[in-house]
This record gives sequence, structure tokens and C-alpha cells, in this order.
Amino acid sequence: MSVIELHKVSKHYDDTSALEDVSFDVDKGEIFGLIGPDGAGKTSLFRILVSVLLPSSGSAMMCGHDVVKDYRKIRTLVGYMPGRFSLYLDLSVEENLNFYATVFGTSIEKNYDLIKDIYAQIEPFRKRRAGNLSGGMKQKLALSCALIHRPEVLVLDEPTTGVDAVSRKEFWDLLYKIRQEGITILVSTPYMDEASRCNRVGLMQKGKILKIDKPGLITKDFHRPLYSVRSTTSNYRLLLKLRDYQWCHSAWLFGQDIHLSLTGEPAVTEFENTARAWDDTGDIHRIEAGVEDTFIELMPSTS
Amino acid sequence: MNGSEDIIVVKDMVKKFGDFTANDHLSFTVKKGEIFGFLGANGAGKTTAIRILCGLSYPTSGEIRIDGLDVYHERDRIKRRIGYMSQKFSLYEDLTIRENIRFYAGIFGMKRKKIVSRTNELLDKLGLLDVQNRLIRDIPLGWKQKLAFSVAVFHEPSIVFLDEPTGGVDPVTRRQFWELISDSSERGITVFVTTHYMDEAEYCDRVSVMVEGRIEALDSPAELKRQYKVNDMNSVFLKLARAR
Repeated sequence: MSVIELHKVSKHYDDTSALEDVSFDVDKGEIFGLIGPDGAGKTSLFRILVSVLLPSSGSAMMCGHDVVKDYRKIRTLVGYMPGRFSLYLDLSVEENLNFYATVFGTSIEKNYDLIKDIYAQIEPFRKRRAGNLSGGMKQKLALSCALIHRPEVLVLDEPTTGVDAVSRKEFWDLLYKIRQEGITILVSTPYMDEASRCNRVGLMQKGKILKIDKPGLITKDFHRPLYSVRSTTSNYRLLLKLRDYQWCHSAWLFGQDIHLSLTGEPAVTEFENTARAWDDTGDIHRIEAGVEDTFIELMPSTS
Repeated sequence: MNGSEDIIVVKDMVKKFGDFTANDHLSFTVKKGEIFGFLGANGAGKTTAIRILCGLSYPTSGEIRIDGLDVYHERDRIKRRIGYMSQKFSLYEDLTIRENIRFYAGIFGMKRKKIVSRTNELLDKLGLLDVQNRLIRDIPLGWKQKLAFSVAVFHEPSIVFLDEPTGGVDPVTRRQFWELISDSSERGITVFVTTHYMDEAEYCDRVSVMVEGRIEALDSPAELKRQYKVNDMNSVFLKLARAR
């Protein structure tokens, strides 16, 4: 059963287009990840889904309700954690949570079991002002606030941006627990490595969905020969050489390696001889594409 | 990495705020031209340390030399020899691309003629010649980041400090940014960088990991992965930062 349905949603701001014909469905109990850089349109899309922004055209349904016509209903069914401004920094931890509970006509006590695991971690600081919390703690409080009315769908806009790797890991562990309560989760992130944590992901750039699939399958259409190459001296200098290679389609730094994709299949001996001629080539071997390789390949234009 | 000259030397650096020890006897050196990753969880004490290294705050104790200069007595000279960039603040939103470059170059006392010729060179290299008169607030985040970095090294500093410089940009733009960093490092500029992206830690020659005010590990990414028997820096970081 689809809990979220988007049909050709577009959004224009004056002459700039933020979303172009975006369509996809999210099933009940899924964690659906929208992955893309700033300016991809993720926030506009989420704001439309939670009924605080009107689409220019197209339609969207949340839990069977139209996001434009049934906006009042939507707001009781959806928990929204925006990228910023979701907490009152001059209210305490407890006051923030109480405020959200009251606005939604419920109480902390009534739904405490749902947020217990998350809120317990910040409860020792319940008298502290939200403005004085660390990034990781703010994020947990904001999540508690978004959940306090027991929504059917949770919409999280870049919850892990600017948060350290430990807090990110803890946050994803929390999301799995929330999903076990039957709550559908729509989450956006600029981190490609978080794709593997979702049930399905959509790669997004410049207002368009590039591809949607399960994280393990999203790379399956990457057809170019792809090699991992490492220099013994300077990857940067080797990178510049690789880009001059006649079969080079693209070459990018990937941590301590370079990923080189080819425009075709040169004869293996030709390729290996050439590779050996790049005097400082240390290691070279064929690899399978990852999410990031796929994203780069699908990007409409690389400026 | 060029040669083996130590450009940052930190011995027993301590910084206390009242009873709280933000930096607890840090000791490390960074070589000229090295890309040095300074990692740690939020609140581990990274920003406190960077502020001291940049000459913005005094340590409580310890011996710290930046490009041969003493952080207690030669802070003004240190500030002239370093560049600084962070994601949060670097460029003036209501100035144009060209005005930002001129402003920073002027602050660092560069000569007018040199500013003009180097500005044209830089705008050409970044592909921004056609848009040089656009306001910063009207340009994409990716351009801003590349420009902010280029401005931070425009006066050819010995060291550039990058405090969480990237984030939110597409994977190609992020890589172009790291190519600019690599290019500077090849030219002998030392790069001292903090990041929350553990895959970016892999671009560094060496990284240190801070946990609760102390440096818990310091080595090349390859060596750290071998030492902790894991496949990526994210796992190294999780093992260290969680092992309190």
C-alpha cells in the first residue's frame, strides 16, 4: 500500500524551476531516502508533502489525503523535522516537547512509549535550553517533537547534516526502531553512504529524480568499465594524466584511490601497457560501481 | 608532501575553561605541504584547538609554533601567514565575486597590480570570469565553496585552515573542491582540515582523531585502518569515538 504518492509534481519560483515532474510512491513502513546535493529540490518537495508549500502543478497524496485540499488532515498524520528552525532555542528541552504535544492536542505522557528510547538520552538535560544543546542532542529533541503526536509518516529533511559520524550512526539506529512501530519514513541526505541504510532511494539533482531503486540495485545500470587506480606518489598528478588518456570518460578522486571510467573497452593488453606507462601507477584493478559512481554518471551536466 | 620541514609544532597544548579541559595535552606536528585531517566528534575540542593555532585564542599552557612563530607573542605575524575558511562564514554575501577577492587581498596587504593580475588568473581557472560581478548570495553553493577556498589561499599563506569546509554539494563539486586542495598542497601550502565526512578523511595524508580533548590516534588513513582492522575511516572513527 502506498502511503505517499506523487504525480508529476512541479514547483517554480519566478523563473527558476525547483521541481520538474517528480513522481514516485512510498510504501507503508518503508524508509525511503532522497539523496542529492543542496539545490536538488529536496526541501521544496518535502514542504509540498507536509502541506506548507503549494505545488505549481501536479498532485500528491499522503495517507490517501490530497496535500492541497486536505491540508488540515495531513498535518495530524505527518511528523515533520525540517532542516532547521524546528526548535525554540529559548525554551527548555521539556518545554519544547510540551509545546509540540499541546499544539497537536496530545500529551507527553500519552505517547511517551514511542519516544522513550530517544527522549531518555536527553531527559537528563530536560531543564536545559534547547539553544545550549549539542548538535546531536538537538537532533534527538527535534525528532522527539516530530514524533510526539504519533504520526503515520515521518518526514526528515537532512537530519544528519553537520552531525558527527557517531551521532549519525545512533540516529539511523533510532530510525529503524521507529519503523518497527509501523511508521513510514521519508528522509533526505546529502551523504551518499547513507543510501545503503534505506529500503529504497531516489537520486535527485536539479529538481529531477535521476533514478529510484533499492540501494543494492541502484548501481546496476552503470555499464562503463570502471577501474580503481592508485598512485605511489601523488594521486592528484596521476589524476591529471588519466584525464588525458584517450579512453578516459571520467576520472575522480575517491579517497585514497582514483576511479577511472572508460568510454569503451580497450584491448586489455593495450590498457595495461598504457597504465604501466603512467610511471607512478601503483595499484590498478577493475571494480563495480558504487552509489557515488552512479550518481556522478547520471548527473545531467558537470560544471 | 614536500620535504620534511615541520610547519606546525604543538607540544603539550592545554586549554581550560574554568574546570573544563577542552584540550588535554595535545602534541603533534604537521609537515610543510601536508594535508592534515583533524577529526573528532562534535564537542571533542577541535574548534578550540584551531582557534589557538590561528592565533585567535591563548592556550592555557604548552608550546606551539606556527611556521616558526610563537602563538603567545607573534599572533599578528601568524595571522598574516595563514588562510582560513569555514562553511559558515567566509565570503560577504552582498559583495560580488570580484569584490570579495579584492577585499581579502587588500586585508592581507597585497599590491594593487598583483591583485588585479592574480584575480583574473583565478577567475579564469575557476571558470568564473563571466559571472565575476554577481553577488555571492546569488551564486550556487558549490561555486561559493571553491571561491572561498581560493580566497583563503590567495595571499599564498604557509598554512590554510579549513573548518568543515564542505557539505551539501554534489559529489562532483566536492571532488573538484578536493582537487583545489590537492593543487595547493602540491604548491607547498599546508592544509589543516576538519570534516565530518569520513570518506573525505581518506584524502588526507595523515589524520588525527580527537576524543574528549585528547588525540586518541594519529596516522595515515591506511595505517589507521590496518591498526583497527577495518575497511574505512568511518569504522575507525566509530571505534575510537565510542570506546570511551
